[in-house]
Amino acid sequence: MSSHELGTVAQDRSEGLTVWLIGFSLLVIMPLLNVLPEPDSWLHVSDFALNRFGKFLAFAILALGLDLIWGYTGILSLGHGVFFGLGAYAVGMHLMLTIGTESVYGSTLPDFMVWNQVKELPYFWKPFYSFWFAIAAAILLPTLFAAIFGFLAFRSRIKGVYFAIITQALALSAWLVFNRNETNLGGTNGLTDFKQVLGFRLSDPGTQRALYVLTVLSLGAAYLLCRWITRSRTGKVLVAIRDSEQRVLFSGYSPGSYKLFVFVVSAALAGLAGALYVPQVGIITPAQIGVLPSLEMVIWVAVGGRGTLIGAVLGAVGVNWARSILTTSFPDLWPFFLGGLFVAVVLLFPEGCVGLARRLNRGWHAGLSFRKKLATSEPEGQEVR
Amino acid sequence: MPARGSIIYLEGVTVDFDGFKALDNLNFIVDYRELRVVIGPNGAGKTTLLDVISGKVKPVSGRVVFGKDTDLIGLPEHEIATLGIGRKFQTPSVYSNLSVWDNLDLSLKRKSKGVFATLVSKPDRAETEKITSTLETIGLAEKADVRAGALSHGEKQWLEIGMVLLQDPALLLIDEPVAGMTDRETEQTGLLLQSLADRRSIIVIEHDMEFVRQIARTVTVLHEGTVLCEGPVEKVQADPRVVEIYLGRQKEADAAAAR
Repeated sequence: MSSHELGTVAQDRSEGLTVWLIGFSLLVIMPLLNVLPEPDSWLHVSDFALNRFGKFLAFAILALGLDLIWGYTGILSLGHGVFFGLGAYAVGMHLMLTIGTESVYGSTLPDFMVWNQVKELPYFWKPFYSFWFAIAAAILLPTLFAAIFGFLAFRSRIKGVYFAIITQALALSAWLVFNRNETNLGGTNGLTDFKQVLGFRLSDPGTQRALYVLTVLSLGAAYLLCRWITRSRTGKVLVAIRDSEQRVLFSGYSPGSYKLFVFVVSAALAGLAGALYVPQVGIITPAQIGVLPSLEMVIWVAVGGRGTLIGAVLGAVGVNWARSILTTSFPDLWPFFLGGLFVAVVLLFPEGCVGLARRLNRGWHAGLSFRKKLATSEPEGQEVR
Repeated sequence: MPARGSIIYLEGVTVDFDGFKALDNLNFIVDYRELRVVIGPNGAGKTTLLDVISGKVKPVSGRVVFGKDTDLIGLPEHEIATLGIGRKFQTPSVYSNLSVWDNLDLSLKRKSKGVFATLVSKPDRAETEKITSTLETIGLAEKADVRAGALSHGEKQWLEIGMVLLQDPALLLIDEPVAGMTDRETEQTGLLLQSLADRRSIIVIEHDMEFVRQIARTVTVLHEGTVLCEGPVEKVQADPRVVEIYLGRQKEADAAAAR
């Protein structure tokens, strides 16, 4: 390595250590604390808590992707709920079909279809009998959709606030489509009442524990993917696009292709997040994929810290944790808290929690070296003169 | 047919902004290894000329030929840049959140600048040497690790010149390079541009007449979207029409000030 990269290596090393520690705790310690201690021990992590945490970590995968496009590339997408929803519904459809005759009406058709007097399974549901098809669709549907949408938007050089607005319109229209009973995706009630996946009962704590571990591993893989991208030359082009798109264009890069790439990657990650969310939470409805949830996703990243991967993860987990505490004790206060949090981040610490922590850390180090300088000021002063 | 040996050849180029003709049937030729300065009052079409060559603005009519027979009209900006036309903007545009080194590294001429080729590309020795020597040329060797946003205005201008140089363009378009520079920086920039013209063609737009006298060999005067006159700097300065458009404006301004 040449000398110009030395500065970042030290920072990387301390951050790398933090990431490994967090990863180890999530992957090993949390499940062990769920299994080993007695349920009444203070160390015990309940099934409920582990499951809830799994949901937060699924959200963190989405936040990583959103950070790639917004934090690094500077493109605000207000439509990531749609990509999350496509992933969630794809897996949800498979889980609906595996309910079989255990359903309320005892039909092989999903309950809502019986209710809506649909006699035959719609053709687009049929491939979802296959587990692997559903998993592939959960990633590929959002990828493909983002590729088409992004191609049209970026080819027309739509950017900034205009891109934010059309992605918000996308979220709204997806919400409307998924709400209709005629779409045959469960309407307002969405897909729920799942029983099993690959023969394992979803109500079994062991199944949920496995899903939790799978989520942690997926988050780890997503993190490594994003880290690889952001540290590559392509990652630097993304930051360059945020700083001066014109310069990038006149340096021989096609910014549109780079934007399309990062948009598609982030949509795929959102789809993966949705796929992991559904079996753990047990329900997906249009209310989780519309305009409001898409906005909330942006707030996770803003709170954690735009442009840092660890910030996106911390933001998604932190905000959702706060949400689950606040909505159980003070359900009415949550929207005010969320809005207040966003205003506070924008006004007071625009770089999010990670940015704030770094600034404090720098201040601390600057203080230390200043004190050191004072102690040794005499000889140094002479040298300068 | 394009003149023999010209690197850029514009014929009958008209650019129309909602009825306002920024360029009006313009003919303009620059030869290989020529340093050409373009002057003219505000609104004469100087920046639009660079916009047309670099693909930012599409003319309604006319031909733009690069080198022997490459028609530039209709090509996107990044392809024109890849062909070998570099552009330095009037206000410094550098990547503030990347280091000086990374700014230069991204600008380097490479076989492919596609997403995936760039994703897997690794720094190599030849590239490192090129960047190091460019850092020397633009006087920023000590600041390779500094965030570009933390540079002074003059340093940013130089950094951008360095970035354009690493694209290794055959034709360099430079829009008011010394605006906002100190006298010393201006002089150094002049020397730098002259040394670059040994190996490539350069078109410079400039307002500062003293700077023009320092660097210019041939000067083109634009007025209302067409070439008013062209020639050595002394001849151009003595041309009554040039005096008229510059002094005429000066008189108007004086009159306005007196009122």
